[in-house]
Amino acid sequence: MRVNFTVNGRPQEADDVWEGESLLYVLRERLGLPGSKNACEQGECGSCTVRLDGVPVCSCLVAAGQAEGREVVTVEGLADFAKQRAEHGGCATGACGTEGTSLQDARRWSARPQDSQTGEGGELAPVQQAFIDAGAVQCGFCTPGLLVAADEMLERNPSPTDADIREALSGNLCRCTGYEKILDAVRLAAARQAELAEGV
Amino acid sequence: MGTTGTPTKITQGSQTKGGIGESTLRPDGTLKVTGEFAYSSDMWHEDMLWGQILRSTVAHAEIVSLDTAEALATSGVYAVLTYDDLPTDVKNYGLELQDTPVLAHGKVRHHGEPVALVAADHPETARRAAAKIKVEYRDLPVVTDEASALAPDAVLVHEGRDDEYARIVPHQNIVHRQPIVRGDAAAAAARADVIVTGEYTFGMQDQAFLGPESGLAVPAEDGGVDLYIATQWLHKDLDQIAPVLGLPKDKVRMTLSGVGGAFGGREDISMQIHACLLALRTGKPVKMVYNRFESFFGHVHRHPAKLFYEHGATKDGKLTHMKCRIVLDGGAYASASPAVVGNASSLSVGPYVVDDVDIEAIALYTNNPPCGAMRGFGAVQACFAYEAQMDKLAAKLGMDPVEFRQLNAMEQGTLLPTGQVVDSPAPVAEILRRVKARPLPPERQWESSEGADVRQLPGGLSNTTHGEGVVRGVGYAVGIKNVGFSEGFDDYSTARVRMEVVAGEPVVTVHTAMAEVGQGGVTVHAQIARTELGVTQVTIHPADTRVGSAGSTSASRQTYVTGGAVKNSCEAVREKVLELGRRKFGSYHPAWATAELLLEGGKVVTDGGEVLADLVDVLQDEAVDIELEWRHRPTEAFDLVTGQGNGHVQYSFAAHRAVVEVDTELGLVKVIELACAQDVGKALNPLSVVGQIQGGTTQGLGIAVMEEIVVDPRTAKVKNPSFTDYLIPTILDTPTIPVDVLELADDHAPYGLRGIGEAPTLSSTPAVLAAIRNATGLELNKTPVRPEHLTGT
Repeated sequence: MRVNFTVNGRPQEADDVWEGESLLYVLRERLGLPGSKNACEQGECGSCTVRLDGVPVCSCLVAAGQAEGREVVTVEGLADFAKQRAEHGGCATGACGTEGTSLQDARRWSARPQDSQTGEGGELAPVQQAFIDAGAVQCGFCTPGLLVAADEMLERNPSPTDADIREALSGNLCRCTGYEKILDAVRLAAARQAELAEGV
Repeated sequence: MGTTGTPTKITQGSQTKGGIGESTLRPDGTLKVTGEFAYSSDMWHEDMLWGQILRSTVAHAEIVSLDTAEALATSGVYAVLTYDDLPTDVKNYGLELQDTPVLAHGKVRHHGEPVALVAADHPETARRAAAKIKVEYRDLPVVTDEASALAPDAVLVHEGRDDEYARIVPHQNIVHRQPIVRGDAAAAAARADVIVTGEYTFGMQDQAFLGPESGLAVPAEDGGVDLYIATQWLHKDLDQIAPVLGLPKDKVRMTLSGVGGAFGGREDISMQIHACLLALRTGKPVKMVYNRFESFFGHVHRHPAKLFYEHGATKDGKLTHMKCRIVLDGGAYASASPAVVGNASSLSVGPYVVDDVDIEAIALYTNNPPCGAMRGFGAVQACFAYEAQMDKLAAKLGMDPVEFRQLNAMEQGTLLPTGQVVDSPAPVAEILRRVKARPLPPERQWESSEGADVRQLPGGLSNTTHGEGVVRGVGYAVGIKNVGFSEGFDDYSTARVRMEVVAGEPVVTVHTAMAEVGQGGVTVHAQIARTELGVTQVTIHPADTRVGSAGSTSASRQTYVTGGAVKNSCEAVREKVLELGRRKFGSYHPAWATAELLLEGGKVVTDGGEVLADLVDVLQDEAVDIELEWRHRPTEAFDLVTGQGNGHVQYSFAAHRAVVEVDTELGLVKVIELACAQDVGKALNPLSVVGQIQGGTTQGLGIAVMEEIVVDPRTAKVKNPSFTDYLIPTILDTPTIPVDVLELADDHAPYGLRGIGEAPTLSSTPAVLAAIRNATGLELNKTPVRPEHLTGT
């Protein structure tokens, strides 16, 4: 079958998709977007977390056909997604309650290309930079899913308590870090976001 | 300056930004947060096929028949391979003993053993074709524990063994046995005022790295193969792969892909040989990626163990003697079992002074899943048991458990049961003091004016208690882990370092075969190069087999050994650069001949700070490029009868204090805080050091309260091969982990550093167990602690 959907703001078309293929498989193997990770492929680890019409989902549990006509954001598009959200008065300002990004807002942007060798050329989302700065990345396999989940939480809840962070990230397994530096990173991202908002 | 002088001396000044001791950020960090970092499962090649393994559905059976016709006839299938298709006489591999069949030959010895391979144009096609292979098994009796393994009429898991241990073990179902006898434990026992004994059971832990076993094999025009792979040790893989393929090693070119964690689970071969076989057979690139179910069968696990301990002490609290017997279940194939036995026996006494010991450790062959390397490697199981014993002794003597440990703590100069002297700092008493001195987290933190915050209680959002039946406990533990490969192993590493001028700037390239598995070796290598060569720009070359072996990313050894190799090669490059400088500019300034010279800020400077030349001018268009091997001090094998020998090169010590709250009615545990103090010798990258300690601590927490591969004792089949049924700690299960880092230099090691990755996994588990015992008053001699152990139901 053919599946049409939008990924990181760009229309995508995948051909010859077998009905049993997951959204994760189509992203990774058909669209050249392997950033979403395949750690368990049974919805337990969160490493494949993407946003489907704004909602964080395990893309391994979404049949590719279910994404037809919908908006997907992956870790590859996270930086631009966050930037455009900030520019369009999204929750980076801390003022937009718990609604998340509307479908309309989500459609207004598209990711810019990056150098796929070095990752250079793109500005990072605040949460991405915070993960690097806080030492929250070791092997990095859980990182893409955690980033998508953490970014979505910060959009809803710009000043989370530790308990809020733990609850929001409880579906994302990490085997390397013991989570302490992931908490540090999310706190750091929230603090930087607040500073930015005050500066506005 | 130069390569002589005390090894702990930082021969270069620390002027260069981003050198050792700074928390520089990971060079791969940006790629990892943008999703661009290419892990082994992300590899893609035009026209590639997907490989799939058919694994045995039974643990121990003869293969009566194997029919691949229907699978081969499936549309989209390019090849189906069985044992009969192996191209050479070498049909086995193994880390220490070559006892593991590439594909089963007439018999399977454990649940999930590879039987056949399929290559197809879609992974699902390959899976379905594999399911069409008809295998008829005739069940054999299963060997599952010590009793069934060592019975006089026991079925032998491996008949006709001819390995080096076969002649010395008392039974052919014992892989290896290491006794250690020192002093006279029986006589010393007579002096004891109190004696405690215990029998402890340690469950099978899975490494549960998140990046599944995977890789891409690309056949080459020269008849060789290029393999892109996630592993812990490229060269050891190569040693095992090439003979099976019938290729010379230079025709199997291996490149390290992104590795999604390892923790010991990638020390053995998984799909490497299988992918190469399929690629060479089909002439097409073949990608293989395990799913999580298969990953549970696709790598070795931590040895489950039974540990029998006896300790004695005088009434003033001095240990008199220790006797122990440690029975490790190695499963169906040897993997790293012999070395795990060596660690378990030689570290069985823990970080304590005990002169009279009688120790025996064995690893069994059984039909359970094969067990091998995992973070802590034999020392973890022992620590769980001896720390429980310490608490029992302290209780019996009416002493404080920390004071009792401190009274018996080893220190620099202590003689180990192996007769080896501990010849570097061993601050066991001090790290215990530090975790104890830390303020305790406030009681009943869940209480607020709006009622209980269930998120902070045992059971969490399941809303199982609002504080009723919840009691608190505090427990302590400390452990000792060896660093590096022991027992006379030639534990070397290789580093190639190149300095040249690129775009008007001196640039250093560091090339090693070190497997970066997340630990941050790549960060540290760049720091070492900056410190030693005084340049800012350092490129880390991808790890591959075009440079000499780096040894394994295991045994907490890479910063020590490959870090040491990078330092050593940098020193050689520095000497060469200074020689060049003397030749070109020596006549212009007497300091070239007389002063101590350093490389700093891209310049040659005297130790007085006078600039003699710019590196750009010294090098011009010349590149200095040096590849050298580097070794730590040699070790010795343990005597097979007495266990005596200078077997280890370095030790690592960590202590934990655990604070838990237990819902005694439902048997649920919430760990509130898990504080750690560890001596790291020298923190080359403090941020990474703390990250390692917190990660290791959390894996120990997993052992304590949730992690276990459950194997059916009747069938030897794995019952929980999924993240639904095998639980690892989530962010909700993991408490705050405050870390206190000591830096007491080991004068024998580069920069005085100490390998750090494993020690925190040792003491974390027994500290949590001690805290739960403290809360409940229960004996709790098993890991993991399950609700039924706490409720007695």
